Amino acid sequence: MLRLQVFKWFTTALLVTLLARLFFIQVLTGEDFAALADNNRIREASTQAVRGLIVDQAGRALVANRTSLVVTIDREVLRKLPDQGEDVLSRLATQLKMTVQDIRDRITPCGATGSAPPPICWNGSPIQPIPVARDVDSKLALRIMENSLRFPGVNAEVAAERVYPAPFGANAAHLLGYIGPISADELAAAEPNSGYKRTSVVGRAGLEKQYDLALRGTDGKKQFTVDRAGNVVGQIGESASTPGNYLVTSIDANLQAVVETELQNAINRARSNNFKADSGAVVVLDVRNGQVLAMASYPEYDPEIWLDGLTNSEYKSLISEANGVPLLYRPTQGLYAPASTFKVVMTAAAEKAGMPLKGNYNCSPDVTISSRIFRNYESRSYGPISLSRALEVSCNTVFYRIANDLWDRSGKDQIKTGRDPIDQMARSFGLGQITGIDLPSEYAGRIGGRAWKRENWERNQEVWCKRAKTGYPETAKRDPVWAETLRQYAVENCADGYLFRAGDAVNIAIGQGDTVVTPLQVAVSYAAIANGGTVFQPQIAKAIIDTKGNVVQAMTPKIVGKINTSKNVLDYIRTALTGTAISGTTAWVFNGFPLEQIPIASKTGTGQVFNKQSTSWLATFAPADKPRYAVVMMVSQGGTGSGTGGPSVRRIYEAIFGVQGSTINPANAIFPTGRPNRELPAIDPSGSPIELNQPAVRASR
Amino acid sequence: MSNSIRDASAIWRKVAGVSQIRKYRHYDFPLVLAALSLSLLGGLLIWSSTRITAGESGDPIFFLKRHLLNLLLGLILCLIASQVSHRLVQAYAPAVYVLSLVGLVAVLLVGTVVNGAKSWIAVAGFTVQPAEFVKVSIIVISATLLAEKRDAENQPLHLIVVAALAVAAIPVVLILLQPDLGTVLMILATLFAILAVSGVSRYWLIGLVAAAGTAVGIILAAGVLAQYQIDRFTAFLNPNSDPLGVSYNVRQAEIAIGSGGLFGNGLFQGSQTAGQFVPEQRTDFIFSVAGEELGFIGSAIILLLMLFITWRLLRIAARAEDLFGRLVAVGMAAWIAIQGFQNIGMNLELLPVTGVPLPFVSYGGSSMMALWLGIGIILNLDSTKRSY
Repeated sequence: MLRLQVFKWFTTALLVTLLARLFFIQVLTGEDFAALADNNRIREASTQAVRGLIVDQAGRALVANRTSLVVTIDREVLRKLPDQGEDVLSRLATQLKMTVQDIRDRITPCGATGSAPPPICWNGSPIQPIPVARDVDSKLALRIMENSLRFPGVNAEVAAERVYPAPFGANAAHLLGYIGPISADELAAAEPNSGYKRTSVVGRAGLEKQYDLALRGTDGKKQFTVDRAGNVVGQIGESASTPGNYLVTSIDANLQAVVETELQNAINRARSNNFKADSGAVVVLDVRNGQVLAMASYPEYDPEIWLDGLTNSEYKSLISEANGVPLLYRPTQGLYAPASTFKVVMTAAAEKAGMPLKGNYNCSPDVTISSRIFRNYESRSYGPISLSRALEVSCNTVFYRIANDLWDRSGKDQIKTGRDPIDQMARSFGLGQITGIDLPSEYAGRIGGRAWKRENWERNQEVWCKRAKTGYPETAKRDPVWAETLRQYAVENCADGYLFRAGDAVNIAIGQGDTVVTPLQVAVSYAAIANGGTVFQPQIAKAIIDTKGNVVQAMTPKIVGKINTSKNVLDYIRTALTGTAISGTTAWVFNGFPLEQIPIASKTGTGQVFNKQSTSWLATFAPADKPRYAVVMMVSQGGTGSGTGGPSVRRIYEAIFGVQGSTINPANAIFPTGRPNRELPAIDPSGSPIELNQPAVRASR
Repeated sequence: MSNSIRDASAIWRKVAGVSQIRKYRHYDFPLVLAALSLSLLGGLLIWSSTRITAGESGDPIFFLKRHLLNLLLGLILCLIASQVSHRLVQAYAPAVYVLSLVGLVAVLLVGTVVNGAKSWIAVAGFTVQPAEFVKVSIIVISATLLAEKRDAENQPLHLIVVAALAVAAIPVVLILLQPDLGTVLMILATLFAILAVSGVSRYWLIGLVAAAGTAVGIILAAGVLAQYQIDRFTAFLNPNSDPLGVSYNVRQAEIAIGSGGLFGNGLFQGSQTAGQFVPEQRTDFIFSVAGEELGFIGSAIILLLMLFITWRLLRIAARAEDLFGRLVAVGMAAWIAIQGFQNIGMNLELLPVTGVPLPFVSYGGSSMMALWLGIGIILNLDSTKRSY
């Protein structure tokens, strides 16, 4: 019986052991297992929200959506094939009429050995199927799907993609930007509740990037329960996706198209006069609120290039110097000496310093400052003239003397104790600093005044002093004379490069030297002159509306500052610039234009660039008596301001106001009511914007 | 506790109208009730684990019905066995034994291979696992042998012990050939318990343990084990060695059980069960369904029912008038307790995976019928004694 007892307690002990183990697993560590269980069975699938449209001021879609057949490759599947998918890739390349290398570039993750540079390589999640060809013929897609054994890991699926309807042929590629899979850096930098995921597609440039959060909507989420084999056995939850909001811009597609065409015409004109005309920009602003009505860059590119990712050759052409670096957006990223367009700043600065507006200033053929001779353009001479006439005829010597005078009065070459009236005045015009436009990656430029001179010296003095000793032996091999000149500069700069010399001031006077600005900055400053001195932050977005047309956010004009001068002075400058079109540098351009009804204020500029042809500037606004529009055109290496840009700017105004020859026909005007639409486009029940019916609006007036 | 159970069983007897048959009054109804509860609980768990897959082929309660049918057949066997005298049982035992051996041989010749072992044989639409019936017959035969001739010190004769071992050895060898190590271990453990209680000298017991140890050593060294058995053992020693392979079973069972927590997710509410994450769930891993859906409370009830049945059987053994009855009861207790321990132990990642069912609960007709046959024999022995 003892053995029976032993056996009884032995089996009892066994079962109690189980009970203890059970308690440990279920009660003490149960939560860990519950999490593991969820992990086992719950799979999330996100449904990408339909991205919002970008429309112009009248509701015309600049960026819309459509569905396209996309061929994707699942790298995970290829990797497991015996030949790493070589065969599949070459078969697919033949079908898609691409090279194997092109496909391989697309599916290689950025940063992997041998990967192509960023926009080409795969920047998205490595476990996601990677699109390699879009807009595939449905027969081809079917052929691939039907032969899935021959194309393992290759899939054809319907994907939503951006489409660029290009109303009136407007391109605006830079402005609109593009979308692409989110990069690891962007994901890391994203706010925790922004909704960005590894699989997110985000705006990578332009408005798409700037307003990504508004445009992207909220992705839907489906939670499935799956079984051991990964088969879906049920759905736990679903949140529907919310489509992205629409971005209403102040861009007018019609005007944008005109501006792009005219920029191209200006480029052609310059080239026919043996200028290189490598790049250019046009900005059209509404001077009363800073809205951007059109903005073009040359060279442009086809925005569709981004849709299926870039090939290596496409990317190379976008950044190629020979092609004029099409990727660079000249209006906000191109830096150029403002040249004579800067003379308006000089005029205000002169008046601020007490120089009389009504006085006479000597427009001599040349002027000697600090024992150096500075000449007028083509050594022209107009004798004693008013400031206003000096602006009209763009007399350099008048402004050389003013600059020298201001330099003399504000502390000469001392950068620490001296004041800098020109620099201060230029900044109050909005020059030499970012304008704050609602586009990413804007360049600031600089005013080459005392402050910059100091910064530059602090940055470079070490190099200069070293070069003063060592010289430029590498240059000397090619060009010993030039090397010696460089060495002399280094010696001077090392010794007293911190001095703001009279020559520096003289350079600023005509917008040359170290001063560089963007075309947008010039447009903002001329808009400020036009509107009575208010410097607006330029804005492209007018409003964000939802898919039913409700206003989510209406942008209000943002004032960043006032020109530091009186209304009197601005009126004076405005009058002077109005005279330019009548009897000044642009008079020939506007010959026959109905200036009586639509006076045009204009200022030309021809910037000297070392080793390059001159930069052509034409800064204008109109109507000069009650200004509404500012139009600025710039052509790099384009010759004179009026000669290259003039006829094009005239044609832009003709389009805006409906001018034919010397008569005005408002019916043909881009803005028949005389101003851009204030109302926002409505949205029909299907989610399509209803184009604002402009003729009807006109009829009611 | 036992009073109320007794009352309940009295009521049951009345309601069932079986009080007319005098003998039934003396049946150990708490034992029957516990075994029946486990069987029915098993039905629920099998239903839960199979309703989705079986539903796809049109009949969500296919396995539930089969389980209940098995139970019914088991109960009939139980009833029959409880009605025949133990002399008759002893007389039939060799026949069952020989029949099982034939079955085992047949299995080796024409059996169905499931999970690497050839343990099943198809008979008239059912698959039969002869090894389960071998267990009952070995218990009866060895108990018969060991209860007979005694020496002066009232120990079984050595020859008898050898005979009992020989009786077990033949099916053990046949089952090893399948190979089904788990069943072999169960048979040996059961036999060992019977031998121990039969009063064999301690040297026999020590010797047997030593022999078993040596055998294990030799088996491991000689590579007699099939690869899947070695894999299971490796997986047990290192559960994360191959999470999608061999150790997957155990890992998934543990996850399912662990996620049940204290109260479980509710019957039919287990996501791991519904998702078929635990392989072999309706048979070897049925306990994981209880773990996930009924939680600690429900699983503990199963454990306590197993313990209750064991105690009940050992109680019968303790008060048995003859040695035969005692040894059969001990054999049944050992079978149910050790197999239960082994099964739940592997569900809880406490023991390596060997394919043995959880008594009464797991899906499987042979196991169910053999168990109820054994219960029937016990009922007869116990009631016979008390009714005289």
